[in-house]
Amino acid sequence: MSPTATAELVVDINNVVAGYLPGVNILNGCSLQARRGELIGIIGPNGAGKSTLLKSIFGQVNVRSGTITLDGEDITSLRANQLVALGVGMVPQTNNVFASLTIEENLQMGLFQRPSAYAERLEFVTSIFGELGKRLKQRAGSLSGGERQMVAMSRALMMDPKVLLLDEPSAGLSPVRQDEAFIRVSEINKAGVTCIMVEQNARRCLQICDRGYVLDQGRDAYTGTGRELLNDPKVTELYLGTLGV
Amino acid sequence: MDWIQILNNSASSIISPATLAYALAALGLAVHFGYAGLLNMGIAGFMALGAYGYAIGILTFNLPWWAAALLGLAASAVFALILGIPTLRLRGDYLAIVTIAAAEVLRLLFLTTTFDEVTGSADGLSGYHGSFRASNPIPEGTYGFGPFMYNEIGWWVRILGIIALILAAVTVWRLMSSPWGRVLKGIREDEDAVRALGKNVFSYKLTALVVGGVIAAAGGIVYALPSAVNPGVYVTSLTFFVYTALLLGGAATVFGPLIGSLIFWVLQTVLGNVLPAAVDAGLLPFMSNIQAQTLRFILVGIALMLIVIFRPQGILGNKKELTFVK
Amino acid sequence: MSSDITPPVERPKTTGLHVGEAAPGVAKTDPIIVVDGVRRTFGGLTAVNVDHLEIPRGAITALIGPNGAGKTTLFNLLTGFDRPDAGSWTFDGKSISGMPAFKVARLGQVRTFQLTKALGLLTVLENMKLGAKHQIGERFWQSLFPFFWRRQELEIEDRAVGILKKFKLDAKSEDFAASLSGGQRKLLEMARALMSEPQLVMLDEPMAGVNPALTQSLLEHILDLKDEGMTVLFVEHDMHMVRHIADWVIVMAEGRVVAEGDPITVMRNPAVIDAYLGAHQELDLGVVTGRYEAEDADPTTDALASDTVEVSDIEEEASEESK
Repeated sequence: MSPTATAELVVDINNVVAGYLPGVNILNGCSLQARRGELIGIIGPNGAGKSTLLKSIFGQVNVRSGTITLDGEDITSLRANQLVALGVGMVPQTNNVFASLTIEENLQMGLFQRPSAYAERLEFVTSIFGELGKRLKQRAGSLSGGERQMVAMSRALMMDPKVLLLDEPSAGLSPVRQDEAFIRVSEINKAGVTCIMVEQNARRCLQICDRGYVLDQGRDAYTGTGRELLNDPKVTELYLGTLGV
Repeated sequence: MDWIQILNNSASSIISPATLAYALAALGLAVHFGYAGLLNMGIAGFMALGAYGYAIGILTFNLPWWAAALLGLAASAVFALILGIPTLRLRGDYLAIVTIAAAEVLRLLFLTTTFDEVTGSADGLSGYHGSFRASNPIPEGTYGFGPFMYNEIGWWVRILGIIALILAAVTVWRLMSSPWGRVLKGIREDEDAVRALGKNVFSYKLTALVVGGVIAAAGGIVYALPSAVNPGVYVTSLTFFVYTALLLGGAATVFGPLIGSLIFWVLQTVLGNVLPAAVDAGLLPFMSNIQAQTLRFILVGIALMLIVIFRPQGILGNKKELTFVK
Repeated sequence: MSSDITPPVERPKTTGLHVGEAAPGVAKTDPIIVVDGVRRTFGGLTAVNVDHLEIPRGAITALIGPNGAGKTTLFNLLTGFDRPDAGSWTFDGKSISGMPAFKVARLGQVRTFQLTKALGLLTVLENMKLGAKHQIGERFWQSLFPFFWRRQELEIEDRAVGILKKFKLDAKSEDFAASLSGGQRKLLEMARALMSEPQLVMLDEPMAGVNPALTQSLLEHILDLKDEGMTVLFVEHDMHMVRHIADWVIVMAEGRVVAEGDPITVMRNPAVIDAYLGAHQELDLGVVTGRYEAEDADPTTDALASDTVEVSDIEEEASEESK
């Protein structure tokens, strides 16, 4: 089921140093590889730089050194609109839908660079998220958090991304909807989309991913397959411990 | 081209009432924009209130000149309160829009024939120099040396102007190097951080708006002292000229506005003499004399853009301390 | 990381803070803040929905919960940086709902921010002096005459240097705050907060992004606050830290308080564990979704159960919830 190690490299992040404010680096030399069809998980404590790593792929934070390539092409200094055209889809944690637009309009926004493919992409998206097809005319602002997240994911999927970036898809959701969110990401990935997911719920993230990266202080602390990391006592103790431990 | 004449005029303009007026206006704007981060796009309105307040005070209310001056300053303070109270709680851009509009409203109020009796509408006001000249302690005569030769009225105006400027500069300097100024510096960078420390941010911004407005009004008064009050002067272009002088010198400093105004006016005078002379001498065949004068103002506009793009901290400013530059 | 932390001298936890059984909204023996019926929505989303909450005086209380639970929103509401849709709360018995942030700060409450707000364009010492209250020199007319405020300024400076020494930042007092590292800025923000001699110190994720070397000293400083008689309320994600220094823990999820109690008990509460880890910790979602075989299941889960449960079961459970 999971892609072989010889599958081609989609995203290659090499030793990236990045930060928002001048002189302050959040990422201190971070690397990551994602192969076609993989589900990559990024976990680690708050402030470790997980979201910043995603944002540096998406051109939303200053990359001060290091490179990021997409299918071999250097995308380090490109801006978000150029990246979307190249096939990078982003599902942000908050403010991820246009609340004043309907679900249908939100999906159309996802495709505005290639509007002719709408029908075909809509079919793909509703094959994963069946209930969307029934509620296209509903205003996105009236949806709950979990439903908005579904719309946000669908919108990003509309442009047939080469890689889908997800920033904490389970944040703010009830326990059972968290599980649902992880299942959704897994379904998206099974349908062939390469995914890179940042998560705070470390255990769930590692359970569904092919490979994982543990970030701490802006660096890669641990990396391996999802199963390896789940079984690693060091990782378990430091990052996966249930609350009472 | 008579270079001696050009040099004489230019040197003389260093302490002309216009230069002093600009220095005061720029200092007031420094308090607004440089120190408090308030985007006031209607500084011309504050200057107008100072000038008209002064002239109307004498002509309509028969006040002695110093009381009329105080009236001009008070009018400016009230104007600042009216502008600030509704807008300072909103984003900075709102203040910019409101101030442009407010300054224009003021100018049109001074221009309309409805108040012609008081404001003189399009003719403006003049002939209010009686008590001012009567209070002049300098005996009749011409004094000075080289290019700085003025009669007793000319010197009286300049001396008062310089005193006003020094008072304003010392006040601003004292203010900004005190704990009050420290709070303002913090507000400029991050209002929420300062709020979290218990400071009433709104009150500080409003006070800065009033202080800067009063100083700018003093500039308007100095400008009007020796001549006349003309509504055609207090247009939006005046605001941009003051900004040019301010940014040229350095927005968040005390001496920046003074030096900027000086350079600005000297340059204006030089160009105002050189360009027409160049046209007469046949060096600029594609232009007429009058067009050469207008060219001056075009050049000011270009200079403002260049300063903002390439050296926003001006001559004396510190780039690291600027908050309006990313 | 933080599990290596043990305070050099164990300081005793404060007990006896609550009256009755430790459940969400339980009354405290000596509350400093009492919250009633506070609601805040953004668009269609309910960010905070707290029926009743009391913060105990003189203790260190931790506010925990997964991302998006509403902790920072609650902070912003209590400190006057945001307005609720409904509800009221009191500080020291005095109603402060609707009071603007700067007035709340003057009452004796001080807060730090998640994204630290050390004023980079001011020096470290200027930052500190800014924190002091009742400054004569900050009044407009008095500020024009140094004679009025010079002496107080020196006193404030002495106090500032004293606190900076405790935080080991005194050597940097003349440097611009922008030149400090992230962790040092957090320390500066905390030190600056102390200049106002507050009763209640509210810290929003004080440990986020701080390197382990500074974490220990930050913890010690927070414990010092309690020793000096202040009340502390902090938001954190680092459970080891919470366990070490918190006397009381409040857990939020989806805008509500789901549990309260001492750290040990709270962290074993099933509702709390669910909020962080998902509804069915006994399931390995990798097996449920068919990505992995049962024999490779996460050792902490029930492999057989994971194999049996279908994706549709979970999806059905989720849609049941919204009914």
